[in-house]
Amino acid sequence: MVKEAGQNTDNKVNKKKNYITKFFVFLFWLLVWEAACVIIDQELFLPSPGSVLLAIIELVKKPVFWLSIFNSFLRIIIGFFLGFVTGALLAVLSYRSGLIYELISPLMKIIKSTPVASFIILALVWISSKNLSILISFLMVVPISFSNLLYGLKSTDEKLLEMAKVFRMGRWKQVKAIYIPAVLPFLVSAVSVGLGFSFKSGIAAEVIGRPANSIGLSLYEAKLYLMIKELFAWTAVIIIISVLFEKIVVRIIRHCGYNYENINKP
Amino acid sequence: MDIKVVNISKSFKGQQVLENISMTFGSGKITCIMGASGIGKTTLANIIMGLIKADSGDIFGLEGKKISAVFQEDRLIEHWDAVKNIMLVCRRDITKELIHKNLKEIGLTDYENKPVLSLSGGMRRRVAIVRALLSDYDVLIMDEPFKGLDSDLKKQVIDYVRKMTWGKTVIIITHNKDEVDMLHAELITMESKDINL
Repeated sequence: MVKEAGQNTDNKVNKKKNYITKFFVFLFWLLVWEAACVIIDQELFLPSPGSVLLAIIELVKKPVFWLSIFNSFLRIIIGFFLGFVTGALLAVLSYRSGLIYELISPLMKIIKSTPVASFIILALVWISSKNLSILISFLMVVPISFSNLLYGLKSTDEKLLEMAKVFRMGRWKQVKAIYIPAVLPFLVSAVSVGLGFSFKSGIAAEVIGRPANSIGLSLYEAKLYLMIKELFAWTAVIIIISVLFEKIVVRIIRHCGYNYENINKP
Repeated sequence: MDIKVVNISKSFKGQQVLENISMTFGSGKITCIMGASGIGKTTLANIIMGLIKADSGDIFGLEGKKISAVFQEDRLIEHWDAVKNIMLVCRRDITKELIHKNLKEIGLTDYENKPVLSLSGGMRRRVAIVRALLSDYDVLIMDEPFKGLDSDLKKQVIDYVRKMTWGKTVIIITHNKDEVDMLHAELITMESKDINL
């Protein structure tokens, strides 16, 4: 009990230290940015952190800002979710059948190596610009989800699977006790990497497709009218949304995984 | 019905591990297999369990029989506690209270709500033994089940195994003749790769 309490205090101290370190790292790069602004002295090329912050405050006041965020976020998340589920299903099928793996694997390699811009331009021919970011996010996430989850499944402990076979353990029990704990770290990695990719590629698709009331269109217009502060502001907003959402999702998965591995009731 | 192993041979990557092995395990009896390391005892156990396919030969008397096992490694779900590990494979009529009673019977204390990962080797071994004994089985195969247990504890665990396996067919791989005596078991010694008993 005393040992556990001691460990908890140590963890809290470490967490606090970690936050302080992160704050100073953030402050350091902010100062570098400010210094670069002072040296360049051209707001048109590089606006200062302060003016970008003011631009964000101005943007936040406009209803179109929230509408754009909602539209873009929703489309990208739909694409991410569909891509993730499709990749996971293909990974399970490939794990179960070597033939399916041989069929799917080259397709995944092609998707991975094709430049996003090629997909975006091709996709514009096939579908409306409004749904472009869904398709692009989907395409970017499928191979990430596929390869991570397949790797996770392949890393499942063979000896535990043998144990399951000898004890005639049902499929669901095997999934619960053996597969999920093995796949969990790879799932977190796939979500973390996949979300980052889907936001980047989804916004890129919007910049090219320019659907109404979207982050991509706002970025494009900011660039077109040389509204550099707004361009930086939108970029900062995209980074904040992407990082926040990734952290929330990863935390939820980790929390579920932690509970999963530590619940002592079957 | 006895279990008959007839002319079993197995090789891995060109190296012959078992060659024309034949032996009989008496129904309802404990039979120990002894032999030098690397002679193929675990390979034979894996063939009987159906985890490895023999290159040639047959096994009779296992048709429709349920097998339980204590593996050479414990093969427990590391992040789960002892009770949860046992409940994963135990018979439907087994309650948590009965599991606690069984674990305490072989001297296991201070294991509750702890992942088996944090238990000592001897404790984990006993969890694996209780798991095997509380599962639904006709034939029990134990690969060096008492390794890592001190002599007093070993006697306690052996008495427990004898009591729990009464009337069941049990095959135990061991290196220790004392264990064979304590189990009042029949003994098969594997001395070469080609034995007939």
